[in-house]
Amino acid sequence: MAQIHLEVVTPTGPVVSDEVDIVTAPGHGGEFGVLANHSPFLSTIKTGTLSYKKDKKDHYLMVSGGFTEVSNNRITFLVESAEFGQDIDVERAMLAKERAEKRLAEALQKSEKLNRARAEAALQRAMARLRAAELARQ
Amino acid sequence: MPGLKDVKDKIEGVKKTSQITQAMNMVASAKLRGAQEKMEKFRPYNQKFAAAMSNLSAGMDAATLPLMEVRDVKTVELVIVTSDRGLCGSFNSNIISTAEKMMHRYEAEGKKVSLICVGKKGAQYFRKTGKVRAGFEDIMGTFQMFNAREISMNIAENFMAGDSDEVQVVYGKFHSVAVQKPEVLHLLPIRPVEAAEEDEKTEISGAYTFEPEPGEIMEVLLPLYMNVQIYHAMLEVGASEHAARMTAMDNATSACKDMIHELTQLYNKARQAAITSELMDIVGGAEALKG
Repeated sequence: MAQIHLEVVTPTGPVVSDEVDIVTAPGHGGEFGVLANHSPFLSTIKTGTLSYKKDKKDHYLMVSGGFTEVSNNRITFLVESAEFGQDIDVERAMLAKERAEKRLAEALQKSEKLNRARAEAALQRAMARLRAAELARQ
Repeated sequence: MPGLKDVKDKIEGVKKTSQITQAMNMVASAKLRGAQEKMEKFRPYNQKFAAAMSNLSAGMDAATLPLMEVRDVKTVELVIVTSDRGLCGSFNSNIISTAEKMMHRYEAEGKKVSLICVGKKGAQYFRKTGKVRAGFEDIMGTFQMFNAREISMNIAENFMAGDSDEVQVVYGKFHSVAVQKPEVLHLLPIRPVEAAEEDEKTEISGAYTFEPEPGEIMEVLLPLYMNVQIYHAMLEVGASEHAARMTAMDNATSACKDMIHELTQLYNKARQAAITSELMDIVGGAEALKG
């Protein structure tokens, strides 16, 4: 099967650089899949779970905020953070989720726009982490 | 002639100082390695980001995006990135004086200046001017992308509210272990990036499918681009700080060595003088006994 070159790059270094069969990512308009020889494409990436398949094995990553570019049979993700599901500390993510929920509730009560946006982003990240960790366990 | 004990104490003191400066030198060189590694890891992200930006912004209508809006400049915001700690030679004072010159120049042109201080040294210096709008202190040691995001969000909000019309970043660029120079970077309004290679550009702009529209993508990308710039400046300052400290501590250590050498000579002279005068006493006493 034809493969596509996947690269996931974060400010703290490249996370993945590999030939893979299929990539699924949380795009602006919802999840999308990319196979080999996809046409040139550029999309923003939401916080969520990125997955790819290689040698019949699924891999899951939590990604947050960035964009992706497909060209010349390469797909490059530039994201603020990316973590493999199996490397995620579930306990810490749970705590982060609870903290974010509490903050969000507080921000809603006081109707603070900025804090609300921050809490929402933190909550999304925590949930994406938990989901990626769960998917990786299966 | 100073007393023997005084000189000896002083030598001990200088020796201890040189031990400290030597240790600081070693710590700085270890930290420099870490900072350089951090820079190295950031490079691919930075390069790819710049490439994507230039692809996208080519042929974009800049005026529609709030972060690219060019206005009459009434207020200039300077983001001054320094280190949190001192003892690194003239590194921070170079940045501060560059920023101060810019400040005076803008004010001479009748523009208002507001300051954002990243790093404690700059914040301490500029506090008395009363122009500091926000300070971010004690973050230069272990900062991450989210620290840069917080700073750039603050700057962007102020800019979009119309409270600043232009933003410049003053930071210390890391050229090499021996050379670090203050550098000024234009941050806002974001200028459309000139496409680097002509052939690269033409290949891209036509054939791409964008999701969402390029304009909307830019709205997401521009704040990220600001984060990247701020983060980059912080990385440069981080590495420069340690390099400057290494040099400063190296100089201090060799100055200590010189001082120890001089003091040892002084000590030997004083000791010799004491021996001579004791001998004189003994000889004088013996002569007197002979009678």
